[in-house]
Amino acid sequence: MVYRSIKVLAAALVGLGLTTGAALAAGEVKPPRTVDWHHSGPFGTYDRAQVQRGFQVYKEVCASCHGLKYIAYRNLMEIGFSEDQAKAIAGEYTVEDGPDASGDMFERPARLSDKIPSPFPNANAAKASNGGAYPIDLSLAAKARVGGEDYLYSLLSGYTDDTHGHECSTGTYYNPYFPGSCLAMPPPLLDDLIEYVDGTPATTEQMSKDVSAFLTWTAEPKMEERKQMGFKVIVFLIIMAGLLYAAKRRIWARLH
Amino acid sequence: MSFQTDNKLIKWFDDRLPLVTVMHHTFVQHPYPRNLNFAYQFGSILGVMLTLQIVTGIVLAMHYTAHTSMAFDSVEHIMRDVNYGWLLRYMHANGASMFFIAVYLHMFRGLYYGSYKAPREMIWMIGVVILLVMMATGFMGYVLPWGQMSFWGATVITNLFSALPIVGDPIVTWLWGGFAVDNPTLNRFFSLHYLLPFVIFGLVFLHLVALHQKGSTNPLGIEIKGPADYISFHPYFTVKDFFGFAVFGTVFAVFVFWFPNYLGHADNYIPADPLVTPAHIVPEWYFLPFYAILRAVPDKLMGVLAMFAAIGVLFILPWLDRSRVRSAAFRPQYKWFFWIFALDCVVLGYVGSQPAEGLMLVISRIATIYYFAHFLILMPVLGWFERPKPLPTSIAEAVLAGKTSTSEGEKA
Ligand code: HEC
Ligand code: HEM
Repeated sequence: MVYRSIKVLAAALVGLGLTTGAALAAGEVKPPRTVDWHHSGPFGTYDRAQVQRGFQVYKEVCASCHGLKYIAYRNLMEIGFSEDQAKAIAGEYTVEDGPDASGDMFERPARLSDKIPSPFPNANAAKASNGGAYPIDLSLAAKARVGGEDYLYSLLSGYTDDTHGHECSTGTYYNPYFPGSCLAMPPPLLDDLIEYVDGTPATTEQMSKDVSAFLTWTAEPKMEERKQMGFKVIVFLIIMAGLLYAAKRRIWARLH
Repeated sequence: MSFQTDNKLIKWFDDRLPLVTVMHHTFVQHPYPRNLNFAYQFGSILGVMLTLQIVTGIVLAMHYTAHTSMAFDSVEHIMRDVNYGWLLRYMHANGASMFFIAVYLHMFRGLYYGSYKAPREMIWMIGVVILLVMMATGFMGYVLPWGQMSFWGATVITNLFSALPIVGDPIVTWLWGGFAVDNPTLNRFFSLHYLLPFVIFGLVFLHLVALHQKGSTNPLGIEIKGPADYISFHPYFTVKDFFGFAVFGTVFAVFVFWFPNYLGHADNYIPADPLVTPAHIVPEWYFLPFYAILRAVPDKLMGVLAMFAAIGVLFILPWLDRSRVRSAAFRPQYKWFFWIFALDCVVLGYVGSQPAEGLMLVISRIATIYYFAHFLILMPVLGWFERPKPLPTSIAEAVLAGKTSTSEGEKA
């Protein structure tokens, strides 16, 4: 597909001049590996099963450090969870509310309308628990990094012991895809770290892909609607262009 | 002179407020050269784009919050919760890019066919003012979502004024409304971003008044001599322009619906953080050639002056060009230099997107010198040296001859 070749081309351009694999010199960043996502391409849609698995990875692994503040529990219904499932998921979280009649803040189970909170009360608390580094809110991660979901996938599955001579200071970990090469996030995924509800084998590779697909949805929840509308608009415009061109020829034929 | 009709109501109205007469004059009576080609399409497209930016912008403004602690969230609110908010925002953000694509093509058309030459200097100069105001509008609009590029772009660009001696620092403080880019800056940028498109609207009106005073140029660069040379706007150019809208709209739609963030920066999806500087601060693509000129000059003040001079030189172009002949179709040498100049602008745009070091810096310097040499040396000198091709006696003659054998003017 044109779409895919543009992406490959872009990746190739980014990778131009960079040596890949074993010969990676100090300070160089590896271009992300491209994935043939179900949601890429002009008609691509999110693979519901994959995105739901990705949510499970988020909930069981990433949520202990990262929030998802632009996603409300009700939004989970958009990726195929039933209302009861979304309510049950919300019920597992507690959020702070208040003040109540006596002026005190209180905790209550989350409702569908609540946003998925950060596990930390504020940015400083988050940094304090993570060696001074801030675990970003993941809602927009797929759009906020060059390489998008390919980058997220490569980063999550790309931790390696082969550091190419890099010395990462204590509390940081080598990752060839990370600009700067050492980041404060310990490798979050391990084979069989979780057990997928749908029985898919939970390899690091699989979980990285699934959670990246999920984060693409959190960053661009209207993508399917957008592409569908785009298709109608383009068809309309092309037909209009054809008709107008014919009309132009006829009207101008009056001149001689 | 005024519009003739039997309809009493229209007559009554038009007699008191001659809107119908003006429309009738513009679209039916006013002579337009019959040989206007598709390079003449972009003016009407610009009108459509301005309208579209104003309409989408006003609706965005109903949901947007101009405060540093809420701007980023309010844009995400638009993207996620407002009905068709994603469409409005992607149309507005990509619409700005399409607007600049159209304005640059419109200007290159002017350079190719000598539209700036007498007696159309006013049309051209008002156009350059419109470009400047558009740039200010686009720059301030990009600050509104308050992402990392918004904040750092605003910081870098406003800081340029500090290069001015003595008044520099007070001016920057005044622009910021404080001692750094902060909430007062965001507020005033929003206010001005709302205002300036309407200023552009007024300037466009003046642009068109000046245009109607002297009429359009045409690919042959000769004036209208008789009725055989011209046609009315309606229906000929109405249908042609609408065809152009459909084609341009298709390109626009590809961006909006499939590559909505292609022309933006990933960093702008990170909320602004005054404590973290992005690795590369790059302005939007439409500023890149000017950004390259800014950075090509080793001295900050001179760089700023060169950047403004790059637009300023356009103002005096009508007097720099000494050629007797208007259209590049009859200027064998200028035609080449036109394309070299266009390439030079693309090169400047490219180096503007790269870190200013090593080979890129060298290229940016050569391209900057060439940019100014084109206007200040080539344009005056070419008029002396060049032997223009013979001009056709009339538009009609050339067009009708072109129907059998393709003449140069017709092709161009
Ligand atoms: C133990 C806490 C922790 C867990 C669990 C964790 N992260 Fe992180 N993450 C961090 C920290 C801390 C950073 C900031 C790293 C830095 O800037 O050096 C980070 C950064 C990131 C980044 C940004 C990288 C960049 O390019 O700047 C992404 C994306 C990310 N994490 C995704 C995830 C995903 C997906 C998961 C779940 C599979 C996850 N994280 C699990 C702590 C964690
Ligand atoms: C000359 C016409 C205009 C141009 C070139 C222009 C350009 C821009 C640009 C480049 C952005 C940043 C887009 C982004 O990355 O999100 C923007 C944002 C914005 N503009 Fe405009 N604009 C124009 C007219 C208007 C008008 C008339 C209004 C309001 C009445 C308006 C309101 C807004 C608002 C509220 C935003 C912030 C929301 C957002 O970022 O999407 N604009 N504009």
